[in-house]
Amino acid sequence: MACIEARGLRKAFGTTIALDGIDLRVEEGRILGLIGPNGAGKTTALNAILGLTPYQGELKVLGRDPWTVRDQLMRDVSFIADVAVLPRWIRVSQVLDYVAGVHPRFDRVKAEGFLAKTTIKRSSKVRELSKGMVAQLHLALVMAIDARLLVLDEPTLGLDILFRKQFYDSLLNDYFDRSRTIVVTTHQVEEVQDVLTDLMFIDRGRIVLECSMEEFESRYAEVMVHPDRLAAARALKPIHERQVFGRSILLFDRVDREQLAALGDVRRPSIADLFVAVMGNQDGQAQGAAQ
Amino acid sequence: MNTRPIYWSVRRELWESRSIYIAPLAVAAVFLFGFMISSIHLQDKMRAALALDPMQQHKLIEQPYTIAALVIMGTTFLVAVFYCLDALHGERRDRSILFWKSLPVSDLITVVSKASIPLLVLPLLTFAITVVTQFIMLLLSTVVLLGSGLSVSTLWSHVSLFQMSLALLYHLLVVHGLWYAPIFGWLLLVSAWARRAAFLWAALPPLAIGVVEKIAFNTSHFAAMLGHLLGGGAPGAASTGDSMSMGALATGHSLSAPSFWVGLAFAAACLAAAVRLRRNREPI
Repeated sequence: MACIEARGLRKAFGTTIALDGIDLRVEEGRILGLIGPNGAGKTTALNAILGLTPYQGELKVLGRDPWTVRDQLMRDVSFIADVAVLPRWIRVSQVLDYVAGVHPRFDRVKAEGFLAKTTIKRSSKVRELSKGMVAQLHLALVMAIDARLLVLDEPTLGLDILFRKQFYDSLLNDYFDRSRTIVVTTHQVEEVQDVLTDLMFIDRGRIVLECSMEEFESRYAEVMVHPDRLAAARALKPIHERQVFGRSILLFDRVDREQLAALGDVRRPSIADLFVAVMGNQDGQAQGAAQ
Repeated sequence: MNTRPIYWSVRRELWESRSIYIAPLAVAAVFLFGFMISSIHLQDKMRAALALDPMQQHKLIEQPYTIAALVIMGTTFLVAVFYCLDALHGERRDRSILFWKSLPVSDLITVVSKASIPLLVLPLLTFAITVVTQFIMLLLSTVVLLGSGLSVSTLWSHVSLFQMSLALLYHLLVVHGLWYAPIFGWLLLVSAWARRAAFLWAALPPLAIGVVEKIAFNTSHFAAMLGHLLGGGAPGAASTGDSMSMGALATGHSLSAPSFWVGLAFAAACLAAAVRLRRNREPI
């Protein structure tokens, strides 16, 4: 069974279309990165999946309709919607008590174990913790819940690089196993590149690219082209070209590696570069359509 | 039905809004302090009371106990009003609603547990604090009178803690818990709906209706209705000094009046709307 399945998912706020008929299928055991510019519809898509917003079209999360049975769904789904949503007045011990009280799948011992690795005191209030510590606390709570789907919306926004690294390390080492599914949105794409199993670009409420990371590695290649071979390289129709220190770097989609190796140094592109290429082309098309 | 989420949700409210118990406790402590100082004159007062006829004697001796109850009830009513206005607004303002909604607790359970604070928790808490306060007052008076060699029988015959408690409990559950339910329901609804200035949104519509009615028809049925509601359905019980006694707290609050049932229906409608709003609303 697919963990998330959507067909024709649509959502409009007045005349603004946030989701323009999305088809989506996320299998169990995947880590999907949902990447897009601000206002692309990422958070709206996640809110629909989490039962926080009504929508048009078909959507099933773990076989259930999130809008009508959010509370039941939340036994199997966890989410960190933002960095700072833990109530500031609550004490660490109270939030542990509360989640243990209302969540049948929360393992308090596990959460205490995660917290023991941090400097967070049980008697502290959330408002007394640093931003990084609040993120650690929230992650400890979420990782102690035996959920089947974890949704992370910008989970590391505003954290320093040490905390960000630690965040994904603990997620992979202490939480993820092949039976769970994780969906994450972030702007810090370079940090999740080695974490993800699947990649999805979303722009103006539409999915513009969807592939697994294996596919990503085999399809896309970036070449730092020798200046004298530039014309030959351009003939192979790169999807993007940029200049770094006077050298041209071209990004190719589904072009034979041996052919590319003759043009210059071939390397794996970063998600960020592909993102810029795909989104740039989108803008070009949009402008073309407008003219 | 699984009651654990409700139990923990109510506890959560008490963690967050500590004024629920701190405010009435503080008022009770201040009142007791004042009462202690006034007990210097207790001997004179008792001697003066002995000269009066039994009715007036009763009124004079019981009066401080009634005032204690009214002061503590007034405090918890105010606490309840401000609690309700913030209950569904604060969680959207600080975005913590996104955390609460990540847990398997339905909007219905959340709203019911929040509504239970003014409708059940605060009345019971008010009852406990008032009874203990009155008990300490009685104890204090007894010690003072014994110390000065006066008989305590007059005091004890007029201050019947048990009867006072029964009247108080009835008043709190019926008036604060049921007659006032439409007020708290309305406040919770505004709290779930308003983006800002919840207090203004809660207060202005009733005021506007009253003013428009007065200007358009030169009548004041709406204002009279609100007065009726605040009086707990008893004609003028809250305002006239004559009925300011513990016994009067428990009389005249009809449960068969149509207005009582209309009020309850209005409260239920407000809470149902608040549940729907909480489901739809996003953080502010």
